[in-house]
Amino acid sequence: MTLSAPREQHTTNTVLNARTDARAQGGQRSEWMPYLPAASSPFVPTDVDPTALVWAETVAPGGYTHKVLTRGSRIRFDDPTGDACAHLVLYNALEPTERLNVADTQKIPWQAYLGAGHPLLSGDGRVLATVLADTSGRHDAFCGTSTDAWNEQKYGDSRPEGPTPSGRGLLVKAAAKHGLGRRDLPPSISLFQGVRVETDGQLAWQGSFGAGTHVELVAELPLLVLVANVAHPLDPRPDYQVGPLRVHAWRGAATGPADPRFAATPELERAYLNTIDYAEARGL
Amino acid sequence: MTAPTSTVPVGASYAEGSVLDWSRTLLPGRVVLDEQVASNAPWSAVVAAGQVLTIVDVGGNQSADCLMYNAADPEERYSVPDTLTWQQNAYVTTGTVLRSNEGRPLMTVVGNEIDRQDTIGGACSKESNTLRYGHHVMYHHGCRENFLAEASRRGLGIRDLVSNLNWFMNVPVEADGALGIVDGMSAPGRRVAIRAEMDVLVLVSNCPQMNNPCNDFNPTPLRMIVVEPSGAQE
Repeated sequence: MTLSAPREQHTTNTVLNARTDARAQGGQRSEWMPYLPAASSPFVPTDVDPTALVWAETVAPGGYTHKVLTRGSRIRFDDPTGDACAHLVLYNALEPTERLNVADTQKIPWQAYLGAGHPLLSGDGRVLATVLADTSGRHDAFCGTSTDAWNEQKYGDSRPEGPTPSGRGLLVKAAAKHGLGRRDLPPSISLFQGVRVETDGQLAWQGSFGAGTHVELVAELPLLVLVANVAHPLDPRPDYQVGPLRVHAWRGAATGPADPRFAATPELERAYLNTIDYAEARGL
Repeated sequence: MTAPTSTVPVGASYAEGSVLDWSRTLLPGRVVLDEQVASNAPWSAVVAAGQVLTIVDVGGNQSADCLMYNAADPEERYSVPDTLTWQQNAYVTTGTVLRSNEGRPLMTVVGNEIDRQDTIGGACSKESNTLRYGHHVMYHHGCRENFLAEASRRGLGIRDLVSNLNWFMNVPVEADGALGIVDGMSAPGRRVAIRAEMDVLVLVSNCPQMNNPCNDFNPTPLRMIVVEPSGAQE
């Protein structure tokens, strides 16, 4: 069966025929889909053992995804076209009141721009995730994601099922699938489309570094990860231009004292100490 | 009765002899509320649509950490990224529309006696103080503590705390992305005035931080004045 086939071509007039028709659709591929098991991903990152993968997915333009990951997991986001924009919110999966705090994420490291080595901090003095690798360098922690109001004035439409969904609209749904509501969504960060602050405070669009960049994180606590792949609110293009976003995660170890990044700065060392203190007490 | 002595290591208040200027409302009008906020203390009030809240930096360079909520539906609350995105600027100044997480105007800055106000630096907390200064200051009071205590009096909790605004605080972003709290640009008696665009619950923490210049290392009081505006700006 294909969409809009004329009624006389339908083979779904009985339950058994409908079942046969439905089952005949299995095994197909689409451009954006989760790959199960994760080891079957057609896009396994170089140097990653496919059998260690726990999450492999291509998120559609205007799509979203979410996952609960164990402490130590590595998470890699790939922007194959240069047009992905991954809007992220992270939570401590065990206590989701602990969540990404963008202000602390910029203030504690004395640095507004995200890059390798940057901690993604919660409001509880702990590291939710650390940026391990970054070949893009074009990210944003100022603008958050788009709202319905923003997309309506920019594109004339914001419906999550429509052609120009807002990031917040998608994150609301992702959060809801974990029992979280609107009040549980703090400001988010976004990857692969850069914004810079000029001397007078103006937020200047920097955009993409180009196709083929990636960002790798390590989960320092058990994480609930929410991702919306939507146009950055300051994207100056009048059209809603978003590319696919690839996500892979695999088993690994959280940051420990043996890692050079553990004591890279005094703030980082105390943040990791707080994180390990929590994990030890909880038996993680 | 005389106050009992105490062994509790409470936060510092302003030094004797500090210059205090209690000033007055920035916009004229019928005063509907006029309160003083002691150093280190939280405060909240509902400012009705159309009313103007003047915050007076009585002692100068005293950070007033501030969160705002739609009083009728607190799930709609102040959003730093929406405020910045809509104005495409990282700093708050006269004319800045303080927007909600739904992109709607909560309040507008209608008067401002400081070059720029901060909304990037967030609030201090006992927890983040351990990262910034060390575990020896874990016992210090913090704005997050004030927000939690005051929010609980309004039926709100930790899920309702988000990145906030800091009146009278100075957080520059330099060309390489370096960002931090530096010496303030305010002075005793300087004011900001914000007009409510809907009925807004305003939460303020009179910042107790003693480890950085956000309070000039000398926490002072604030004065909060709400008026029904009667005419043009003074």
